Amino acid sequence: MAVKDYLRERFFPHMWCPGCGHGTILNSLLRAVEELGLKKNDIVMTSGIGCSARISGYVDFHSLHTIHGRALAFATGVKLSRPNLNILVPMGDGDALAIGGNHFIHAARRNIDITAIVMNNRIYGMTGGQFSPLSGPGIKATTAPYLTIDSPFDVVKLATAAGASFVARSTAYHARESTEILKKAIAHKGFSVVEILSQCPTHYGRKNKEGDAVAMLEVQKNNTAKIGSKALAENPNLIPRGIFVQEERPEYCSEYDKIIQHAQQR
Amino acid sequence: MTETKKIRFVQGNEACVEGAMYAGLDFFAGYPITPSTEIAEHLSERLPRNGGKFIQMEDEIASMCAIVGASLTGNKVMTATSGPGFSLKQEAIGYACMAEIPCVIANVQRGGPSTGNPTHVSQGDINQARWGTHGDHSIIALTASNHQDIFEITVDAFNLAETYRTPVILLLDEAVGHMREKLVIPEKGELPIVDRLRTSLGKDVDYHPYLPREDGRLPMSDFGGEHRYNVTGLYHDMWGFPSNNPTVVNQLLRHIVDKIENNIHSITRYKEHYLEDAQYILISYGSSARSAIQLAEDRRKKGEKIGVLELQSIWPFPSEVIREKCARARAVLVVEMNMGQVMAQVKAAVEKPKRVFLANRFDGKLITPHDIKSLLRMVQGRGV
Amino acid sequence: MARKLKEHQINRDWCKGCGICVAFCPKQVLELDKHDKVVAVRPEDCICCKLCEIRCPDLAIEIILDEGEDND
Ligand SMILES: Cc1ncc(C[n+]2csc(CCOP(=O)(O)OP(=O)(O)O)c2C)c(N)n1
Ligand code: SF4
Ligand code: SF4
Ligand code: SF4
Repeated sequence: MAVKDYLRERFFPHMWCPGCGHGTILNSLLRAVEELGLKKNDIVMTSGIGCSARISGYVDFHSLHTIHGRALAFATGVKLSRPNLNILVPMGDGDALAIGGNHFIHAARRNIDITAIVMNNRIYGMTGGQFSPLSGPGIKATTAPYLTIDSPFDVVKLATAAGASFVARSTAYHARESTEILKKAIAHKGFSVVEILSQCPTHYGRKNKEGDAVAMLEVQKNNTAKIGSKALAENPNLIPRGIFVQEERPEYCSEYDKIIQHAQQR
Repeated sequence: MTETKKIRFVQGNEACVEGAMYAGLDFFAGYPITPSTEIAEHLSERLPRNGGKFIQMEDEIASMCAIVGASLTGNKVMTATSGPGFSLKQEAIGYACMAEIPCVIANVQRGGPSTGNPTHVSQGDINQARWGTHGDHSIIALTASNHQDIFEITVDAFNLAETYRTPVILLLDEAVGHMREKLVIPEKGELPIVDRLRTSLGKDVDYHPYLPREDGRLPMSDFGGEHRYNVTGLYHDMWGFPSNNPTVVNQLLRHIVDKIENNIHSITRYKEHYLEDAQYILISYGSSARSAIQLAEDRRKKGEKIGVLELQSIWPFPSEVIREKCARARAVLVVEMNMGQVMAQVKAAVEKPKRVFLANRFDGKLITPHDIKSLLRMVQGRGV
Repeated sequence: MARKLKEHQINRDWCKGCGICVAFCPKQVLELDKHDKVVAVRPEDCICCKLCEIRCPDLAIEIILDEGEDND
């Protein structure tokens, strides 16, 4: 099947701004799904609210566009009630880690077989450029006219500490790498977190003088390096990319099946 | 199997669990909170024995979201909570209204607002059940005063949720929830069960998840099945895709309200106790109805014509039934454990609102027949 | 085996002219026209690396290879 066969083409061109990184993440994700040869009927995409969350309307899977921050909670219900389905949960950084932070760590703790994708543009795109828990200090936002003072989460460390059994990071610029990582994340049995640095040229780029989408992709290219690379060893200030955690651990739905067996023997 | 096997001595919360299992519950998600916790505890044991699923989520918001997700894969689902947890669920309840997802939410009421009184009775969430979530919508809320009725109304809750593709709220309260009494569990088949209405359309036929049939019902298709569609809390068209088209929005909002309000006769549930010749009518529900019935029985023995109209469905509000039943009453006394939430509805329903009075308590103590009697005396013009 | 280009399939309705494909094409094959839509101005230089295709946020550009090539 071609990548376009996974799209709901009638809704294109999509609603995202020119150069929005979310579109590239959609592109990378569809390639991963296609290369894995997954059946459309076996995939449920659950999303919350945000520019990022609109992704679920564009894919020809079962799609569940929910409320801000709660996509993983809905997804948990879908997965536990039908463990044979593949569940993809793309989220914005605010969606996943501000309002949805609690669901994020608990889904990770349960190690339920869901693929969580954090489309991290370090800003609230949909509501017009307020700062997010991933903005970090020194950022200009509509709610931080004097620059942010909040420290950011490190998604990789947070997900790892919370118990996710697959944790990785890539960027919209590294689209091929994103696809490869997403393939592994989807195939992984357990809770997978893939953080993909994205760009919001409309709000973040403009306010923080990072320029247009092309300039923002240059930043993704220049400020990141593969784990284990020489570049990273020489400059530890670079943001590491790659797979940080990939472990087999008891998965929630399989463990619950054992509970059912146990309860029925009694 | 002997008859005695099916007679149990249980808490009201357990009667609710039995009703849910009888109705075909597959999936429960919840978060512990007094006085509803026993529902979760019992289901954590019962569900997996039947091959069902129980999950304790990180909070009530997540619980509500999880049951919506599980309903979409074709399951009968439920969550249970009390006051503060019910507040937390509201946004997702609105989602279930908008996306038309069958689900049952039990709220075993306790004192509020805020943490209020976790271990004592209240009926203060009547209006929250109706208007807790934002925006125009309609909702079904049921209640019951004894364990047999809790069982049956719980089965009803699941049936109505499936019939109308809507969340249904079970308004229990601490007193009935924790009280122990006899419950006879009906044989399979004794009570009607409404199963999920699924589309019969084949995989190559365009399926419209939000296009009502002629009878107003909307057949569903399980996630994971042949029909891929979109579910959203945004205004949406008949395929479930977001739309701001005023005509589409208008039709959608009308539909989610009308499918309930226009079927109020099929949804309304109530019981009459000595109403035929009643000069004074007590309108009550839940645990306060027990005291109202007790008082009516006591006064009947003394020759006073007192009757009780016990509401088992609160929303949509059965205004017509109330107007009709109370037409010839000298006075109507609404007996409830809040500051008059149902009374306000009754006043709006009857022809002579000035003849509607309130006998209430909201101090965490169960209203007694004696409490009601004092008020009744005044209404009857007999002094206290 | 070097891959052979058949055409750059560009969906002009979907292209938003962000310039990402133009900026990162290793062979400067692409340009934006006066309508801010992408065009392949030097197709003969294309090495079919597909970087334009996989990075396009609008899924508006596709590299079609010659008959017999794997077009996935
Ligand atoms: C309960 C609730 N609070 C706030 C909002 C408003 N809101 C919508 S999207 C959003 C944040 C979007 O940012 P992010 O999740 O980072 O996604 P992006 O738009 O950047 O892709 C907010 C605050 C909402 N819809 N619901
Ligand atoms: S506002 Fe930002 S995040 Fe939203 S679509 Fe535009 S560029 Fe993308
Ligand atoms: S990347 Fe896509 S949208 Fe942007 S200019 Fe190229 S073809 Fe057009
Ligand atoms: S395939 Fe590679 S070389 Fe050819 S136009 Fe695209 S980016 Fe340029």
